[in-house]
Amino acid sequence: MKSFSNTYIFVFSTVMVMLVATLLSFVAEQLKPFQEKNVEIEKKLDILRSVGIARDMDDVEDKDTFVEEAYGKNITKSFTIDPAGELKTEVEAFKVNLKVELAKSKEERNLPVFVYINEDGEEIYILSLQGNGLWGPIWGYIALEGDMTTIYGAIFAHAKETPGLGAEINTEWYQAQYPGKRIFDDAGKFTSVRVVKGGADPADPHAVDAISGGTITSVALQEMMEECLGNYETFFKTKSN
Amino acid sequence: MKEREPLFSTKNLNLLRDPLNDSNPITVQVLGICSALAVTVKLKPSVVLAISVVAVMAVSNVVISLLRKSIPPRIRIIVQLTVIATMVILVDEILQAFAYDVSKQLSVFVGLIITNCIIMGRLEAFALANKPWPAFLDGLGNAAGYGVILIIVAFFRELLGSGTIWDYPLFEKLGIFNTGYVNNGLMILPPMALITVGIIIWVQRSRNKKLFEEN
Repeated sequence: MKSFSNTYIFVFSTVMVMLVATLLSFVAEQLKPFQEKNVEIEKKLDILRSVGIARDMDDVEDKDTFVEEAYGKNITKSFTIDPAGELKTEVEAFKVNLKVELAKSKEERNLPVFVYINEDGEEIYILSLQGNGLWGPIWGYIALEGDMTTIYGAIFAHAKETPGLGAEINTEWYQAQYPGKRIFDDAGKFTSVRVVKGGADPADPHAVDAISGGTITSVALQEMMEECLGNYETFFKTKSN
Repeated sequence: MKEREPLFSTKNLNLLRDPLNDSNPITVQVLGICSALAVTVKLKPSVVLAISVVAVMAVSNVVISLLRKSIPPRIRIIVQLTVIATMVILVDEILQAFAYDVSKQLSVFVGLIITNCIIMGRLEAFALANKPWPAFLDGLGNAAGYGVILIIVAFFRELLGSGTIWDYPLFEKLGIFNTGYVNNGLMILPPMALITVGIIIWVQRSRNKKLFEEN
C-alpha cells in the first residue's frame, strides 16, 4: 500500500473540507428562495383549508398559483395581537412563527389572526395552533365564527405522527368533528374542545372523539388547543362583547 | 498495448445486473433494510427515495473511484463519509426546493441515506479499487437493486394497506369496498414491510438456482 505523509493527509483533508463547505453553502443559498416559497405556500394552504377552501386540490395543475390566488382573494385581513388583546401593528401576522412565540413568556407572545369573509358576509377568524405530538411537532389552524365561540373549521397537521394512528389528525373525518363545537360554555368560561376516549357524546359541544391507538397524539392536540386558544382568550372576550 | 475494454463488456454489464438479483443488497446481502421498512408505506416516497439513492450512490462511487489513488488509506472512511454526506445534503436540498411534499413525507430518511450500509459498502469494496466507469455501473446496479425491492414492497403495502396505487384509489374505483373488503391496517405498520421483504426473499431463493444452499 502506498504510504502518505502526515502533511499530505492534513492538506488533503483541509482542501476536501473547504471544497465541500463551499459547494454546500453555494447550493443552499441558491435553493433557499425556492424552499422558503414552498413553506409559505404550505402555510397559506393550511390557512385556506381551515375555512374549507382548497380542500380538494386534485384538479389543480399549478398549485402555487392556485394557492396564491385563493389566499389573496379569501384572506382579506390579518393582524397580530398580544395576549392582552392589544393590536401589534409592527408585527406582520403571516411572518409570526408560533413555535418561537410559545417559547417566550406568556405576556410577550405575538399571536397571529387571519380574517376570512364567508359567502354570507360573516367574518371568520383564523387562529394559529402549535404543539408537540408523540414523535414531533403538530400544528393547525382553527377558524372561529364571529361569536368567537363556535368553531367554523379546523385543520391539523403533523410532522411524523404514526401513520394510521396519531397521523389521523390530518384526515378529513377527524377534522370534520370540529365545526359546530364551542370553545366557551354557556357561562362564558373557556373550555376549549376535549378529546374523549371511547367516543364523545355528539350532543356535547365541547368534546370530540379521540383516535383509537393515537391517545398521545389526541391528548397532545387537546393540550395544544387549550394552550394556544387560551392565549387568545382576552381577545375573544373583548371581540364577542 | 492493452486493448481497451468496451464500455458495455459482459463484465461491466454484470456489475449492473448482479445486484438486481444474484447479489441484491436487500434480499441477498440484507443491507440497508432499515429505510426499506420505513418509507415503503406508499409508492411515491419509495420511488423518490430509490431515485435519490441511485443518484447518491452512482455519484459517490465515481468520485471515490476518481480519487482512489490520492485518498490516504488512513482517512479513507472519513473521506467516503464526507463524499456521501455531501451528496445526501445536495439531494435533500433539491427535494426541499422542488419536491416539497415528498421531502416532507421522507423527512429524516433522506438524511439517513448517509447511514445506508449499501453505499459505504460499495465505496469500500468496489470504488476504491476500480476505475470510474465500472464504479459508476456498480453504484447504479446496487442502488437499482435496492430501489427495485423498495418499490415492490411499497406496491403491496400501499395496495393492501390503503387500497391505492400512487395515491390513485384503485380499490375504491373497482368497487371492491362494496363487497365488504376493508384495508389491512397492519400493512401500514413497519412489521409488515419486514414480512413482505421476507416473502420476496423466499420467492427469490426458491427460483434462483445460484442462491440454493447446501444442506
